[in-house]
Amino acid sequence: MPLIEPGSAAKDYDVIVIGSGAAGGQTAYTLTMEGARVLMLEAGRNYDPRTESPMFQTPDTAPLRGAGTDEKYFGYFDATVGGGWSVPGEPYTNASTEKNRRFKWWRSRMLGGRTNHWGRIALRNGPYDFKPRSRDGLGFDWPISYDDVAPYYDKVEMLIGVYGTNEGLENTPNSPDGVLLPPPRARIGELLARQRGRTVGVPVIAAHRAVLSRPLDSERLPAKLHPGNPKAQRILAEDMRNRAACFWATDCGRGCAIRANYQSTTVHLPAALATGNLDIITQAMVREVTVDAAGKATGVTFIDKLTGAERHAAARVVVLGAGACESVRILLNSRSGLFPNGLANSSGLVGKYIMDTVGAGWGGQIPLLESLPAHNEDGAGGGHVYAPWWLYKEQRAGKLGFARGYHVEFGTGKTMPQGLIKFGPNADGNTSYGKRLREEARRYYGSFVSFTGRGEMIPNEDSYCEIDPKTVDKWGIPVLRFNWKWSEHEYRQVAHMQRTFADWLAAMGCTSTKMPDPDGRKAIEPGGSIIHEVGGAIMGAKASSSVTNSWSQTWDVPNLFVADGAVFASNADKNPTLTIMALAWRTADRILDQMRKGNL
Amino acid sequence: MNDEIPPRIDRRLAIKWMLAAGASALLIDPLSRAQSAAGVPLYEFPGGYGKDTDLVKEHKPGEFWRLTFTDTVRRDVAALCDIVVPADDRSPSASALGVHDFIDEWVSAPYPAQLKDRSIVLPGLAWVDARSRERFGRAFADAPAEGRLALCEEMAADAAAGSPLEAPSRFFRRFRDLTAAGFFSTPAGMKDLGYVGNVPLPRFEGPPRDLIEKLGLSDEVKW
Repeated sequence: MPLIEPGSAAKDYDVIVIGSGAAGGQTAYTLTMEGARVLMLEAGRNYDPRTESPMFQTPDTAPLRGAGTDEKYFGYFDATVGGGWSVPGEPYTNASTEKNRRFKWWRSRMLGGRTNHWGRIALRNGPYDFKPRSRDGLGFDWPISYDDVAPYYDKVEMLIGVYGTNEGLENTPNSPDGVLLPPPRARIGELLARQRGRTVGVPVIAAHRAVLSRPLDSERLPAKLHPGNPKAQRILAEDMRNRAACFWATDCGRGCAIRANYQSTTVHLPAALATGNLDIITQAMVREVTVDAAGKATGVTFIDKLTGAERHAAARVVVLGAGACESVRILLNSRSGLFPNGLANSSGLVGKYIMDTVGAGWGGQIPLLESLPAHNEDGAGGGHVYAPWWLYKEQRAGKLGFARGYHVEFGTGKTMPQGLIKFGPNADGNTSYGKRLREEARRYYGSFVSFTGRGEMIPNEDSYCEIDPKTVDKWGIPVLRFNWKWSEHEYRQVAHMQRTFADWLAAMGCTSTKMPDPDGRKAIEPGGSIIHEVGGAIMGAKASSSVTNSWSQTWDVPNLFVADGAVFASNADKNPTLTIMALAWRTADRILDQMRKGNL
Repeated sequence: MNDEIPPRIDRRLAIKWMLAAGASALLIDPLSRAQSAAGVPLYEFPGGYGKDTDLVKEHKPGEFWRLTFTDTVRRDVAALCDIVVPADDRSPSASALGVHDFIDEWVSAPYPAQLKDRSIVLPGLAWVDARSRERFGRAFADAPAEGRLALCEEMAADAAAGSPLEAPSRFFRRFRDLTAAGFFSTPAGMKDLGYVGNVPLPRFEGPPRDLIEKLGLSDEVKW
């Protein structure tokens, strides 16, 4: 059963999964490995990282030497082949024209969605992150705790492969022994940042990234992940053997032909397809979830993008995994006599409390790193270390002026030159060229360090999306209109990031006198820039104050589930992808359990 | 604009590009340009490479959009490139690696950042041509070597705001940046810089031990 034509959907699927990324991929994987029959609908085209990833291509073979453009934002070789912050024919709108009141919406229309290009940073939420309101009175507590999710973090890490270490730091959970893969050695600039980080009080530890630093243990892991299920174990063991370990070249954002990093298309979908239980229809743009007279979901209506024809597919259960805001859009567009305000929206909260990660960055040139002897610093195609949030105590004591933390990622080293090249300062103000330019380029190359802050945004009443009453996309589907507002917590957090980066760079010997803007309002990156959109259908303990229950099951429609980031009741500084997958696995387990009991 | 750089681009398209360039100059964040205020995508990039290209295929300048330089201008650009990055004992000159064609591709591209550079580079090249004819009675590429160098030296000097050399100086800095980008992102340029990655390895060894010691660092950690 693999990729099928839009008109050849079967009549007897157990579950329809909308979306093929972290949420849809994990949901389909878990369901099909345990025997459920699943139809997956993906709004973009089919995509195969094994043949389409530009593994060793150099920028001189790309237009504009690979520089980023408004069509390929992260550079020409970025794996995203069907989307970005703008998608032709698929507009969205903002209610405000003010810079800090706007939201930029990234869509990735391709099989595997955003997982094909993400940073592979795979951090667990900690215990605090599920109960933020109990700690500081702001935002919402989740109806579940870290302990509910921890077993699923373990499973996802074992399945996809995550490198890192257990450091036992506050609210930065350890994984059980034998779960994490060993991290690669730190690069020279990362070692310098770690040493000098101590002088400014910032701890630097191994990053957790979904890259295979060694092959997965295909003897041991399948039995742990699928106990009592020999077929699933056999399929997974074989698939794990087909994933190579990292060969320490190629930026992960290009995708991975040897399947050494996690993408839905390198991990979830190959195994799910091998079960024979998964059908996938690509270029299928879902318009709405349909319901019967009793208010149960019956399936979905979608547009075949290649022909424009509208089609319907039916199943016992529908799972939304289209990406937080796209899932919200589908719910709000699913209006009927029974559900005049959109599906699962009796609380009126569908679309409310959308969040992104708070982002700001700063960097500089480090004389100590000039003219270093040539050595290979490609590594695992991304960072080998990071700094988890370290000021819990000061924050608790009310010393910081903002309520939630951030972590720091950084970029160093002699990465492959692409696009414009940075030079050091020209003391005399003249433009160097000729022999002097060549000398300077050799001297400065690899001596730049950039810091990236990734912080927690607190959900608020003014950040939401709704259906724009006037605008439709090229298929006539009403589009989203965004409303956005940061609070003082986010602005002050960004100001703190900027001060930290400036101090840290100075401690590393950076002599630049250029300082970051101390005003958080100016330094903050626009909403949606970090592509960590979550919220919009938050989970909670009561039907009146949330959209789903603790199983990501909508309160109003029992056979409708939300598997993606839309259910997040808070957005910790930890990158959301690993948590999305852990929750999706948990939701899929619940669906299987309830189907077996005849409740769905 | 220089008469020798004919407007090869369709006029309607050119106006659209110029409008886009003007609008983009007002925004600091390049990514926030994805939308207009009304939420309708502002840029359709006629002639851009689109969202979905064959990423493993080799592409050449001129494949996605029409190039700008005439043969005469192209010769001048190649000559300028080779002053910015001349051949030395480590690697060839910029023009030997086709950097002048990369610059043509860059200033001909329909994206806001490149349109902004176009508005700096084309007038700059016109200035170089006029200055060369004024001083040497011929095109820049045909001027004597020391004359070409002197002209570049004139542009490389830090020009005061309001001085007649302010625009040429700005042009030369940008031209230098583009030449360096075009040169150092080729395999020969990468080798010159000391980039030794992009090869598959059985293990990642990390930095050399003696380098770690020399910088007074330590990697005595669990991993």
